[in-house]
Amino acid sequence: MPDQLLFALEVTANGLMAGVMYSLVALGFVLIFKASGIFNYSQGVLALFAALTLVGIQEGQVPFAHLINAVTGLHVTEFGWKVPALLAILLTALVMVGLAIIIEKLVLKHLVNQEPIILFMATIGMAYFLEGFGDVMWGADIKTLDVGLPQGINETLESVTDKALGYGFFVDNLDIVATVVAVMLVTALTLFSQYSKQGRALRAVADDHQAALSVGISLRFIWVLVWSIAGFVALVAGIMWGSKSGVQFSLSLIALKALPVLMLGGFTSIPGAIVGGLIIGVGEKLFEFFAGPLIGGATENWFAYVLALVFLVFRPQGLFGEKIIERV
Amino acid sequence: MFYREAGDFKTSYRLDSQTFPIKFDRLRFYAVLAIAYGVIPFFVNDYWASAVLVPFLIYSIAAIGLNVLVGYAGQVSLGTGGFMAVGAYAVYKLMTAFPEVSVFIHVLLAGGITAVVGVLFGLPSLRIKGFYLAVATLAAQFFLVWLFNKVPWFYNYSASGQINAPDRTVFGVFVTGAQTSATAKYLFCLVMLTIVALIARNLTRGTIGRKWMAIRDMDIAAEIIGVNPLTTKISAFAVSSFFVGIAGALFFAVYLGAAEVGEAFGIQKSFLILFMVIIGGLGSIFGSFAGAAFLVLLPVLLKNVLVGTLGWPTDLAAHIELMIVGALIVIFLIAEPHGLAQLWRVAKEKLRLWPFPH
Repeated sequence: MPDQLLFALEVTANGLMAGVMYSLVALGFVLIFKASGIFNYSQGVLALFAALTLVGIQEGQVPFAHLINAVTGLHVTEFGWKVPALLAILLTALVMVGLAIIIEKLVLKHLVNQEPIILFMATIGMAYFLEGFGDVMWGADIKTLDVGLPQGINETLESVTDKALGYGFFVDNLDIVATVVAVMLVTALTLFSQYSKQGRALRAVADDHQAALSVGISLRFIWVLVWSIAGFVALVAGIMWGSKSGVQFSLSLIALKALPVLMLGGFTSIPGAIVGGLIIGVGEKLFEFFAGPLIGGATENWFAYVLALVFLVFRPQGLFGEKIIERV
Repeated sequence: MFYREAGDFKTSYRLDSQTFPIKFDRLRFYAVLAIAYGVIPFFVNDYWASAVLVPFLIYSIAAIGLNVLVGYAGQVSLGTGGFMAVGAYAVYKLMTAFPEVSVFIHVLLAGGITAVVGVLFGLPSLRIKGFYLAVATLAAQFFLVWLFNKVPWFYNYSASGQINAPDRTVFGVFVTGAQTSATAKYLFCLVMLTIVALIARNLTRGTIGRKWMAIRDMDIAAEIIGVNPLTTKISAFAVSSFFVGIAGALFFAVYLGAAEVGEAFGIQKSFLILFMVIIGGLGSIFGSFAGAAFLVLLPVLLKNVLVGTLGWPTDLAAHIELMIVGALIVIFLIAEPHGLAQLWRVAKEKLRLWPFPH
């Protein structure tokens, strides 16, 4: 096979993996949008917050150390113990559930029946708050996150492709793990929403708030549930992205990358989030590969948005979104 | 007693269709103008101009622009930062290409160029609605910033990739560049703001504004009663981008003096201005002013208190500031979803009944 084609294939494979990472963030969006009609901008910051908390717990950092030091003049930094990765993940998941309860109690409860744009703005406000809160709690420096996931080039794949095609593919182990985790997560979520009692209630709420209320489903419980699940998805996304590129502020910006994924797939479709993620991942990598050198590179910054924009002009509800029916 | 629609009789069409038909509003408008033009210029110093007044004036223009689009025409946009960048780069190219033309003309032309770009990115709004549109406008934001970063022609092939405002004068007084006095900056922005606000006020209460509002409230119904969605939506994008472009041009040429596109006109700016519009009140010119004032003053105040009074480290203060701004936005949305403009409406209601409330 010609080299160019092999390169393109490798780029496609890496694009698919990157797409899975986008899908992980987009999943959280879809869950919340389906259940409450809230367009949750803070999903990316939730991922950042989860990753920060995980590192903090793992390393035994004292929360609010910086603030305590500034107010009292002490110099506390660490408790001096290390928490095993699995326990730390469990504790972080608990923190995310707690956060979901607090968000429901303090914010969402008061904003029932507001217009979507107001709710959207409120989640941006929450994103600002959480970003500052995470930094105050755990410090703003870039942290490395290591929960024992394999990293680096996958040697098996490289040697196999080297033998078969005469060119070894470079695929990161972490991306493969992310793919497996994403598949498991989607399967689990689908099973949960199709077969469990809470899952059914969740779908009922998504379908019609008032009808769900009238058959005795607690809206508030469902919201806490959905935000907890979104928090958990954010934790998974935070672990993956944090292991890949370190825990830092730019992690919260992946939320913006997840938006075109959502638009392509449709705001209300879980499979859509996955397929959209893959299309965006492959599309932007291939575009950068073929057109990037001609027009100055760094096209990944905008390609996804423009692709989504052009796509939506032809299909306004996205790939798998519910058909938009309007009447006067 | 003070604020009354009744009893204020008009005897000519000109009086009946004036910008502020109610006497109290009119007096208030003249009073604000008198203070802004007659009092503040004598007291303005560098700190106040650069920290509070000039940003307030410029953000007010941008907020009015965005309010036309989001508040009046109902098309949510997250591309404001990108459109401001268009204004900034347009004014830079014009200022360096035609140094003999007045910078006043350049700023207006920059607004016009931004309007054309805005129309281009507004075209998809005919097919895409709601949040899908909001995300689609992100394409404008990221694509434009990338474009200004990557094409050297836009920054005149300067080595740093930055653009620097050259010295330009209006009536012999420097308004851009290093030699500009605080008063000149303030007055130049104030004149622009006055023009923009008057245009916006009159557009929104006329035919075109009513068409925008009809499209906002329900576009299909509006179409059925004869509002053309194409011209209405496109005109909203054009007018909004015109104002936002002027704001971007002023922000670069008068306020910053030197700008790097990703830093000065990033996505954060889009959100900041959207916040101003929401906190101030959707569909209200006064709200745009109030929102801009609130979000310009708040960080200055917090910084003074946290760093100046309490003596905390600046990075910690910056994080706490983020928390407080975020929390305030949420609290605000819960307490008054219609924004600061609603408070003013309530105050007017009180004034109407005073001193005999029932």
